[in-house]
Formats: sequence, structure tokens, C-alpha cells
Amino acid sequence: MRTRMSALFDALLPVIATLAALAVGAVMLLILGVSPVTAYAALFDGAFGSFNAFAETLVKATPLLLVALGICISFRGDVINIGGEGQMIVGALLATWVGLTFTEVPGWLIVVFAMLAGFLGGAVWGGIPGLLKAYFNVNEILSTVMMNAIAVQLMNFLLRGPMIDPSQAQLASKIPQTARLLDEFHLARLAPTRLHAGALIAVGLAFVVYILLWRTTLGYRIRAVGQNPHASRYAGIKTARYMALALILSGAFAGLAGAVQVYGVNYRMITDGSASGFTGAAGFNGIVAALFGQLHPILSIPASILFGALLVGANSMQRAIQIPSALITALNGLVVVFVVSSEIWRRRRQRRRLAVAKEEETPGRPTPPEVQKEAAR
Amino acid sequence: MISELFTTTVLIGILASGIRLATPYLYAAIGETFSQKSGVLNLGVEGQMLLGCFAAFYVALTTENLWLGLLAAMIVGAVMGLAMAFVTVNLHAQQGISGIGFYLFGLGMSDLLFQKLLGTVETVKGFPEIYIPGLSDIPGIGEIFFSQNILVYGAFLLVPIAWFVLNKTTLGLKIRSVGENPDAADSLGVSVARVRYFTIILGGTLSGLAGASLSIALLNVFQQNMTSGLGFIAVALVYFGAWKPAGVLAGALLFSMVNSLQLWIQVLGIPVPSDIAVMMPYVLTILVLVATVSKVRTPSALTKPFERED
Amino acid sequence: MKKFALLFTLVLALVLSACAPKATPTPVVTEPFRVAVVMPSAINDMAFSQSMYDALMRIQEEMGGPENFEVVYSEGMFVVDDAAAAIRDYATQGFDLVIAHGSQYGSSLQEIAPDFPETSFAWGTTAETFGQPNIFAYEAASQEGGYVNGVLAATLSTSGTIGVVGPIEVGDAKLYVEGFKAGVMATKPDATVNVNYIGSFSDVALASEAASTHLAAGADALTGTAQMVVGAIGKAEEANALWFGTQSNQSSLAPKIVVASQVYHWEVVIKEILDLIADGTLGGKSFVITLANKGLVIEFNADYALSADAKSLADSTVKGIVDGTIKITLP
Repeated sequence: MRTRMSALFDALLPVIATLAALAVGAVMLLILGVSPVTAYAALFDGAFGSFNAFAETLVKATPLLLVALGICISFRGDVINIGGEGQMIVGALLATWVGLTFTEVPGWLIVVFAMLAGFLGGAVWGGIPGLLKAYFNVNEILSTVMMNAIAVQLMNFLLRGPMIDPSQAQLASKIPQTARLLDEFHLARLAPTRLHAGALIAVGLAFVVYILLWRTTLGYRIRAVGQNPHASRYAGIKTARYMALALILSGAFAGLAGAVQVYGVNYRMITDGSASGFTGAAGFNGIVAALFGQLHPILSIPASILFGALLVGANSMQRAIQIPSALITALNGLVVVFVVSSEIWRRRRQRRRLAVAKEEETPGRPTPPEVQKEAAR
Repeated sequence: MISELFTTTVLIGILASGIRLATPYLYAAIGETFSQKSGVLNLGVEGQMLLGCFAAFYVALTTENLWLGLLAAMIVGAVMGLAMAFVTVNLHAQQGISGIGFYLFGLGMSDLLFQKLLGTVETVKGFPEIYIPGLSDIPGIGEIFFSQNILVYGAFLLVPIAWFVLNKTTLGLKIRSVGENPDAADSLGVSVARVRYFTIILGGTLSGLAGASLSIALLNVFQQNMTSGLGFIAVALVYFGAWKPAGVLAGALLFSMVNSLQLWIQVLGIPVPSDIAVMMPYVLTILVLVATVSKVRTPSALTKPFERED
Repeated sequence: MKKFALLFTLVLALVLSACAPKATPTPVVTEPFRVAVVMPSAINDMAFSQSMYDALMRIQEEMGGPENFEVVYSEGMFVVDDAAAAIRDYATQGFDLVIAHGSQYGSSLQEIAPDFPETSFAWGTTAETFGQPNIFAYEAASQEGGYVNGVLAATLSTSGTIGVVGPIEVGDAKLYVEGFKAGVMATKPDATVNVNYIGSFSDVALASEAASTHLAAGADALTGTAQMVVGAIGKAEEANALWFGTQSNQSSLAPKIVVASQVYHWEVVIKEILDLIADGTLGGKSFVITLANKGLVIEFNADYALSADAKSLADSTVKGIVDGTIKITLP
């Protein structure tokens, strides 16, 4: 019973931390002269208040989850991928190109190819920093930050030139967007909401990543390199190769997230000159979602939903009570800081539990705490 | 047209502009070097900078005292650093993510304060360019090196100071040992927590200064999200510089000058699409690192929280 | 696996309980005309978003305040996807007019509008209404004010070199810049216009360096469009070069050097839209604000001593564009 209670406590920890952050946010709301009760009721209502609201939460959570899955792989391999934004963009560009070029092909086939193209585009954009890290000792934080900026300019260039919507091309005031994808290429939606099949793809892939990480040699090696590169090298694992692979896979999932956004939500690419205009900052927020989910692919599912709900609900709260959207951003930051700080209690309890019962470790379990601790770095 | 790139006007322009643009990067990246040397990755630099930008601007505008503005930016940066230190040192929070959290907080908070306290874009009379009799009159050189504002000089002065502190003082030794082998440092009686608190707060203070250098010296204006990714570039430059102040200086100058070069390429009408020109500094920074492939070692304890074995 | 199961049940329970139908407050019967606007940047950006916000505030004042004309807004909605959610939500809430103030929102609007046939939508800047009976489109002929600014810049510049700072080479920004160039060329064919697109709407520091580059290249008159130009205006002021503004009145940023600003008075369009809505037409028309319909106004900076000759040249240029004797050809 005690262990069950503490497991529940662990699982609820991010929720508790979020509530604590919202409590601090309540003070800010009071200073702004807004009733926190009204505000948070609006937030909850916006995220879960109706079937459509919940669908919007899931729509928001989908790219977060896909990016988070990639992050689970790369962070476990001790590679810090903060290039999700760029990888999403390149994946989306390639996927969009497929859909706009092969208009004669049946819809279902295009969707498959487009998703693969997104996966491939992201893999390439994550692969460049991966190879640079493995073979040229270029730090991945540096290269992924730079690759994000390059991807944005590449998108701007393509959308106002080679890939521009033909109907915009002749206008003097060109809108930098591609043509719209044919209706039969869209991911199926659950009418009347915007919830699309991408959400199912993401959930399905969460299980695939779980299997990949804990049931395959590749996954084992990526985690081994992440936990102890020196020991892994000693054991004959080519550490450079697995670090590169971790970044490639991580990028691929982000690229898929980009493709899913185009085929499930926007049906075309438009640029406002920034990355987040298209990605909604999912490339960054996905990292947070993965950490909320303790870098575990399955736990990343509820974590992404929680974080997606927060983002959707916060926007809805802004509309309902007309507070500055800047407050939402600040609040978002507080939530991240609080949740990541709350981890210490989970780790402490885990260590205590470990001391009590060491023999319970079985390979199929989520992760032994030591692995998690190591990977969370 | 290409040959026009090599005229004196253009070269002086690129150098002068490169030095100006490098200033905020230098403050922020040197600060980040200190915290990374001690084993802490701070991705929240951008947020600290934005709050520094606003604090400096607001205080300078209301008190009409630029030095008070500077002080305010440093205090705000230090407070952000203190919070980051508490979260990462005491609570062992994952550093990269808490940094992203502090970034978002700074981004939102600076904007919120701006809207509530100012409400509209205003300008302030910032630190003037310093005229040094004689030196400033030297053709070319004078314009590049001797007609900048005081925060530009401060940034460049910081480079040797940082090098000296890191390599020639006991404090520097402590910082490096805490970043390389915290267990050993701890057993020798160095307080890992205290050293990291110091470096993170110092990093925050310098990020605040970086913000001030934008809002009350180089641009003299405040606008939402005015740093626009500058803080992330600063973090990247620490890796470029391989945790050496001189290397950070080289990276900051390279990045800024190539950025200035791409502006000139557009101005001179050299037929390169504008987006491709804008890409140049990012691409070149990576390429230079690839070309000078080095055997740099990351501080061993970077991103790893320290927990004493009990 | 137990703890996932637990978490799942919990989330599910939370969701289900929240999904349960509940009483919604009934709307007030005698209500004001309600407008919601979704904007990509901040309402005080001294540029695109502010131009719309100011226009709505002016209408509100004329109509006797929020009791008669309610305005709500979502600013900083640069994420297209979030903007779409906002537009849909405002429509659901029963606003009479929902304005999608950003050309990047069009695709979303095309999808949303058919679901709310009773709601009127407006979006800009564009001429496209997608053939929808409840979408109005609006745009600014920003090349016109650009042309006037260009004529003035060419006249007042002594060096014959003029600099332009732009965000990315598309949309409203491109229209303005092309108009500006045409104005300069028509006045002083041997002048040089250097254009810098910095690839961002927010990078104030790079905009400032772009201005420095123009100044170093010999420019003594500058212009620029979008919200990041506040960085460029400061540089122009330091060098005592002239500045020509657009979108909002930028005189307050540098009273000594701002000569004139082309200001967008969207209220011209919005009022027409309001009249049509009152008559039962919810969309299907597109509008352009121009110098002729006073939607575009060249506002001179009172603190800048503009010579009488230059002022009358500007006035006659405006007149020429209005009566059609001046034709602006865009590339």
C-alpha cells in the first residue's frame, strides 16, 4: 500500500508542481487586478471544458509528444538536441513538397510518403549536428542552435520563391505560403473538431520508441552510451556512432511532428519569418514535455497532454479575461521551473525505496532510478 | 560588385559594426563561460538578458541616470541567477530545462512589465560614444576602436579579466575543479554549492549587463523580445570558444562580423537572395568549427548536479 | 506499469468530469456591437498591430465607448495554429465581427468561416475573400505612401544615397519598399536606394546594424517597415539622418529626424464593414485603404522643420496619386 501511494505521488508530482506554479501566478493575477479563480476556471474550461476544448488540447499535445519521443532518445543518449524547431521545419518542408509534387498519387499513399519525408527531413537536419558531433567534435548545442536559424531562413527562402503558392506568385504583395494540399491528402479528422489522425500516430510511436529503447540492441547501446560513454567504449560500442544515431532519430521524430502539423492542422506552410510561427515552439516545449514524462516515451503521453492543456487553456484564459499574453508566457516559464525542480522529491523517494527493496528490479520496468538519474542529466 | 566589398569603407564598416554587435554576446557568453566552467549549463541567458534590457531601460528612463540603469540590470540579472542557482544547486533540477523555464519567464515578465509600466515604445538617451582626443581621429582605426561607448570597452576588457580570474587565481582553480571533478573538490574542502552559486549569479549579472548594453547603449530603446535569440547564440559561442574567454571573443567577433558582412552584401546589391545572406553567420560559425576540428574537452561535470555521497 | 495506469485513470476521470455538460450563462439581450481582433504582434508595436488597435480605439471613442462598441483582442498570436484557435473561439463566443489581422491567418479563416455563417470575419492584408459570403478582406496600398516618402527622401537627401530596412521580402513590407524605391527614382533617377532585408520581424539589434550599414554606405535618409525598425530609427537619429516612417506615426521615437510617416487608418475600412454588417451583408467584399479614401494619411512631424517647397511637393504628390496622374509601377 505504501509503495502504491508513493507511486501515485510520483505520478502526480508534475501536477502538484504545476498547481504550485499556478499559485504563484495567482499572485501575479491579483496584482493585475484579476480574480485568479475566474482566470483559472477559464484556463481549465479552455483545456477541458468541452469536447472540442479537449480535442484542441490533444491537437496541441500531438507535436509536443512527437518531439518529446525524439528527446527521450537523444537525452538518454546524453545528446542535448535543442534543434527541434529547425528539424520540424525541414521535415515539414520536405513533406509538403511531396504532397505538392505528386498530386496524381492516391491520398493514402501520399500521406505515408509525406510522413516518411518528414521523418527523413528531420533526420537529415538532426543528422548534420549528429555527424558533426561524432566526427568533428562540434558541440550539439552550438550546432543545433545554428541549424534552427538556418532552417528558418531556408523556409523563408523556399516559401517566397521556389515553393510559393502559384496564386500568390503574381501578386506584388506576396504572402509567403505554399499552395494548399489536396483534400484527399489531409490526415483524417474527428469532425467537427480539429483532432486528427496524427494524434494516433504519435501515441502508437510512443510504444515503438519504448520498444526501441528497452527491447532492441540499438536502444540498449544508445542508453549505455548515454549513461557511461567511457565504459561503453571499453565494452566495444562505437560511442560516436550511437551519439550520431541518437541525434538522427531525435531529429526524425521532430521532422515527423512538422509533417503532421502540415497534414493534420494547417494543410499548407506559411511563414511569418520566425520558427515558432509555424512550430508553435513545439521544438522547445517538446523537451519540457519529455522531462515532465521523466524521459519515458509512455509517460510522455500524459505529460504532453498536461503541457498541451496548459498552453491551450492559457490562450483561452487570455481571451476570456483579456489579460496580456505576456503573463501567459511568464506563467509557462514558472510551470517549467517548478516541475523540473519538483523532480528532487521523486528521486529522493526512489532512492529510499531502492534502499528498502533492491531485488524488485526487473528489466521490463520503466527504468531503474539510476538510469533515470543518469539520463536526466 | 564583389570587388566593392574590399573598399576601405566597407572593411571599416564591417569591423566597427562587428565590434559593436559582439558586445552583448561577449558579456553574456563570458558569464556563461563561468557557470559552465563550474559545471552548470544555463540556457536561460536570453531571459536574463531581456529582464536586464528592461530594468536598465526603465530605471534609466525614470531616474535619468544611466549608471543606475546599469546597476538595476545587474541586480535583476543577479536575482535571476540566484533563482537559477537555487533550482539547480539545491534542488538538483535538470539544468537545460530549468534554463528554458527561466528563459520563458524572462521573456514574458519583461514584456508584461513593459506593457504595465511603459505601455509604448520610447527612447532613452543612452551611453554616448567616447571621443578620445588624438586616437579617435586616426583614420579607420579611430572609427573602429576609439569611438565606441563605454559598455563596448567594458566588454572587451572583460575578456582578459575573465582569463586571469579563471586561470591565475585560486577562485579560478576552485571553479575549474568544481566543474571537472566536484567529488575531489569537495573532499579538498571546496564548497561545490558555494562556487556554483557564485558563478551562476555572476553569469546572471553579466547577462543583465548584456541586456543593458542593448537597451541603454547600443539601441536605446525597449521592445518586446528585443534580444530575438541573441542569448541562445551567446550560449552557443561558449562552445565555439571551448570555454576560453579568448575563444569566446573570437567566436563573437566572427559571428558579428559575418553578420555585418551579409548586411553589406545586400547593401552593395550583390545578387544573393536576402534569406540566404542572413544564413551566412550561422553557416560560417559551424564551418569554422569543423575546419578547426579540435580535441576540446567539455568540463566533465557539466550539467551534472552534485550530490554528496552520504 | 501500475503508475501509468493510475495516471491514465486520473487524467481520464479529470477529463470526463470536465466534459460533463454544464449550464452556460445566458448572453445579455441588449448588447453592444462586439468586435474581436487577433494580431500577430503587440498592440503597442508602433507598427502593424498598433495601427489596427488604434483604429478600433478611435471607432470605439466615436461610438461612445465600450458600452456601444466592445473590443477584445489577442495580441502576439504569431503562432498560426494558436491564432486559428483564437479566431474559432471568438466566433463561438458570438462576436459580431472577428478580425484576423495578419495575412498568415487566411488559410485558417477559409476553414473556420463556413462554420459560422452568422458571424462576419475580416482579414488582411489581402484582397482574397475565398468567395465566402462572410469574409471581408482588406489591404493597404502601402506603395502609395511609400512613393510619397520616396519623393520626399529623394528631395531632402543631399548625398543621393538612401537606405531601406525591411523584415522579409514579402507582403505589405515589399509593397511599401517597392513604392518607396519608385518614388525616389521618379524624383532623382541617379539616386541610389540600398535595401536590407534582415530576415526577422523582431531582431531590433540587427535592424540597428542594418541602419548603421546604410549610414556607412553614405545614406543620409532612411526608411523601414515592421516593428523591429525602432532599432534603426535610433541609429538614424545619432547620425542625424532623416527617417521616414510607415504603418504607425513614429515621430515620437525621434522628433528631430522623422520627417513624415505613412499612417494606416484602418477605421476607414472598418466603418464600411460595420455599415455593411448593419445592412445584413456579412462579407464577400474586399477593401483597400488608399491615399484617396483617407485610409492612408501622410502625417508630418510637427517638430521637424520641413521646407515649404518640400511640403508642397509632398502634397502635390499625394494629389497626383489620388487623381491618378501619378501611376506607381511595381516590378
